[in-house]
Amino acid sequence: MIARFLAAIGAWLRCSIEDLGFAVRSFFIIIAASGGLFRRPRLVVEQLFFVGSRSLVITTVSGLFVGMVLGLQGYYTLTTYGATQSLGQLVALSLMRELGPVVTALLFAGRAGTSLTAEIGLMKAGEQLSAMEMMAVNPIQRVLAPRLWAGVIAMPILGGIFTAVGIIGSYLVGVVLIGVDEGSFWAQMQGGVDIWKDIVNGTYVKSMVFGIAVTFIALFQGYQAQPTPEDVSGATTRTVVISSLMVWWLDFMMTAMMFSK
Amino acid sequence: MGGSGSGKTTVLRLIGGQLRPSSGSVSVDGQIVHELDTENLYLMRRKMGMLFQHGALFTDLTAFENVAFPLREHTDLNEELIRTLVLMKLHAVGLRNAAQLKPAEISGGMGRRVALARAIALDPELIMYDEPFAGLDPISMGVTANLIRNLNDALGSTSILVSHDVKECFAIADYVYFLSSGKIVAHGTPAEMAVSTHPYVKQFVNAEADGPVPFHYPGKTLADDLGLHAEGSR
Repeated sequence: MIARFLAAIGAWLRCSIEDLGFAVRSFFIIIAASGGLFRRPRLVVEQLFFVGSRSLVITTVSGLFVGMVLGLQGYYTLTTYGATQSLGQLVALSLMRELGPVVTALLFAGRAGTSLTAEIGLMKAGEQLSAMEMMAVNPIQRVLAPRLWAGVIAMPILGGIFTAVGIIGSYLVGVVLIGVDEGSFWAQMQGGVDIWKDIVNGTYVKSMVFGIAVTFIALFQGYQAQPTPEDVSGATTRTVVISSLMVWWLDFMMTAMMFSK
Repeated sequence: MGGSGSGKTTVLRLIGGQLRPSSGSVSVDGQIVHELDTENLYLMRRKMGMLFQHGALFTDLTAFENVAFPLREHTDLNEELIRTLVLMKLHAVGLRNAAQLKPAEISGGMGRRVALARAIALDPELIMYDEPFAGLDPISMGVTANLIRNLNDALGSTSILVSHDVKECFAIADYVYFLSSGKIVAHGTPAEMAVSTHPYVKQFVNAEADGPVPFHYPGKTLADDLGLHAEGSR
């Protein structure tokens, strides 16, 4: 009984390490196959439209509402301490350091990640990737690499837009609707935000790392899916679950590294 | 030719280098396929064209763009020349006027013809057809069969056609191999195969329900399953 239990744990551990190794190897294969994209940037631009531009609406609308809610909740909390003039700083730091990149990454996983997994999975099921291989075209170079780089480029831009729109949302609620002093709102924000630490690291570096993780997970799940309806739908679900958990874990690690005193 | 699961598609995938043989080797144009590195395998594949069972057209591209795909990937031809070549290929399969339609807007038979035009876009020396007649109506089937034979003769290429459609295959093939359970069980010209007394070929050609390929999936007998031996002995 105990021996069987230990054997099961051992087998699970071995499979997990093997899967992780395979995923890391696949990641570097895609990176190695990206050289050709410098000669054909059009392939990345096309995918930027699909994964980036088409995620704009959900990112912008979500950013606006998250900012509005943050403005409202922040105002209620700060009123208790008589510090409503710090609303701008509170909202900006929350959005730039955490909410902006994290919520954008989760939205990106739901909107673009699932779409990428389903697309690659269905291409596989329809033998399109096999057809490409038989036409002497490497599907990793032609299909996966442009999509990965499009995700890496799109995520920081979407994260930046989410944060900016969120700040506008909190401004609308805090300053325009509730009546917090406009000068304090912007001045506190300007004084409390560090460009390098909060904007470059907090928003852009985090978003880029999330972009790499979410896009790669989506592509990997799609490429590894068996060409059956059940497995393609299962791969789509796995993309959302694994991406979300990975985003939270990466966020914790990066926050610990970037903002620890 | 051979029944479902006899290994026909596997043979094509071995020739194209998409599968590695567990034993033995496959030689194409003097080269052992599974010994080639990726670069040389891709160079060899440029001499091949393959028509997949369901066409495998890129669903986000028009018929024109599908046929232009290999030309854009492997040549530096200018757009005008690519357009001319693509329209010629589409004309050869009778679909020049459907150039701007997407795969979802054309029938299965037309899709198969677009895929055929794409397979011959680079004038390959070897063309492989995986079940080109599957799911086609009799008219489309006849059109596809004629196209395969005519294009083969016009291009002077070698064609390997995998199918279980006896009538169409015998009409266009020069030589036929029968596969069963991964092994060649008979071969000869279509005329020889039509009168073959080999049990498998006879069952296949005459579409007999029972024979070397049994109707029942092998396993326990019905009597064993229902426990009738014990009952009968009482």
